[in-house]
Amino acid sequence: MRRFLTRRLLALVPVLLGVTFLSFLLLYVVPGDPVQAVAGERYDEAVLAELRAELHLDDPLLVRYGRFLGGLLRGDLGRSYVTREPVAERIAATFPNTLRLALAAMVVAVVLGLGLGIAAAARPGSPLDRAAMVLASTGISVPVFWLGMVLILFFSMRLRWLPPSGFGDGSIAHLVLPALTLGAGSAAMVARMTRSSLLEVLGQDYIRTARAKGLHPARVLLVHALRNALLPVVTVIGNDFGSYLSGSVLTEKIFAWPGLGRYTLEAVAKRDLPAIQGAVLVMALVFVGVNLLVDLTYAWIDPRTRRRPA
Amino acid sequence: MRRALGHGGFVAGAVLVLAFLAAALAGPLLPGPDPLAASPEHALRPPGPDHPLGTDAVGRDLAARVMAGARLSLLVGLLARLVSLAVGTAAGLLAGYQGGRTDAVIMRLADMTLAFPALLLLIAIVAAFGPSLVTLFLALGLLGWAPVARVLRSQVLALRDVDYVEAARALGAGRARILLRHVLPACGSTIMVLFSMGMATAIIAEGSLSFLGLGAQPPQPSWGTLIRDGFEYLRSAPWLTLIPGACMALAVLGFNLLGDALRDLLDPQGARGAAS
Repeated sequence: MRRFLTRRLLALVPVLLGVTFLSFLLLYVVPGDPVQAVAGERYDEAVLAELRAELHLDDPLLVRYGRFLGGLLRGDLGRSYVTREPVAERIAATFPNTLRLALAAMVVAVVLGLGLGIAAAARPGSPLDRAAMVLASTGISVPVFWLGMVLILFFSMRLRWLPPSGFGDGSIAHLVLPALTLGAGSAAMVARMTRSSLLEVLGQDYIRTARAKGLHPARVLLVHALRNALLPVVTVIGNDFGSYLSGSVLTEKIFAWPGLGRYTLEAVAKRDLPAIQGAVLVMALVFVGVNLLVDLTYAWIDPRTRRRPA
Repeated sequence: MRRALGHGGFVAGAVLVLAFLAAALAGPLLPGPDPLAASPEHALRPPGPDHPLGTDAVGRDLAARVMAGARLSLLVGLLARLVSLAVGTAAGLLAGYQGGRTDAVIMRLADMTLAFPALLLLIAIVAAFGPSLVTLFLALGLLGWAPVARVLRSQVLALRDVDYVEAARALGAGRARILLRHVLPACGSTIMVLFSMGMATAIIAEGSLSFLGLGAQPPQPSWGTLIRDGFEYLRSAPWLTLIPGACMALAVLGFNLLGDALRDLLDPQGARGAAS
């Protein structure tokens, strides 16, 4: 396990360097003079001079990258072009809301996905199975932002059950629709994965043994089979964490949710490049961290995966 | 082919995809209203005999706009996908066949690309370069190369030492010739699956960015911009969002079903789970 951990952490180094370098480049590949692009119409010589000095535009690229990395290690993501506030502070203020939303989406994905997948695998080929899989195919195909609107239209405007948008007082009622919106696609993937891996496991000898012992079919399904079928499901959920972060941009816009996604969009609208850069970098780092956790969990549960892939 | 016609998913997917392609291609030939012609006196009409899908806030015919949107959304998806496939295939072939340092460099680049939540990186790129359809399909296409490269690399690894490739090498064929004439054709079915599934992803990505105002610019209608425009009128004119969104979902469903079915029917190894 320790060797696996070392190898996995070493493999992370080029990825982290690449991710930070790509994010760094974002600010410097902008066509034209970045300072002009930043200042735009608000043409103020004092601000321009300050920006020029802050960006160290005369230094070579790699020196500037080094400075960027140094700042990053100190938790400094630069200052917003628009408000002049430190970007890291705004990200620290908004990210917890996005995390809350992403975790709620994950709960939706696990509960709905496992439920549908188990129901489908219990009676393969039955109408219930078919209905569950049609629902899953639809769930994968429906665009996140459109699903959000359909849910608002139905549950908030027609039925008036739930608030259509906003964070409110942080109550669960405000969280339900955004979490459903964000988690639905992932729930569909989990349902498909649960079904197919359950069906695969159910064909194995130890399941036949468990059945032959006269165990209750539900016990065989939920205790013996599900345990082994859960492994690929863990991977799906981990991989989908990236789609929660991506989807949070859309979901937060539709539901006026005060998270990092909405902050990113506001920054995009104002072409506030340090803010965009910081937000994208933080989300990428979170995603890399989550993937590492998933790999480690996987290796811990199933020792076979610790071997180097062929 | 007979097996394909007996496969429910294949038939459903093919019908959906062909229907949208036909609508996209035939749109400008049909004697319908102009998708850009505004007539404020007919604003926000619900679906009815004059306007089968209703009209938007400035009285433009939604049916005509949805068809024009299909053209744009499918075209951007197609171009983006071709770019991804071209770059990804070249990278995957080279990495798998060459091995060693080339392989390591290409695969680390793929890891980096995949380390970003895709939509966020797209947003950042489009924000940096300014929104336009060309930026969009290039960014979309260039970001989509990594999963393609990974899948093809693993397939090439298996193909590298099969007898007929070995034979070509023994006959003195050069690397380019072996890759293009002997290895690439063997990857054909995998590429088809990757194409179909990737179209679904590309359509959603185009729609998402256009919805955020970072893709197609008004007055060009794409499904994403139609949904964006309709969002303001969700309460009073829900058809403006429901209909373009349903079209988008059906088109994506079509490509997903087709991809799943092709995978079942052609069974290329490794394409499983490489939809993005």
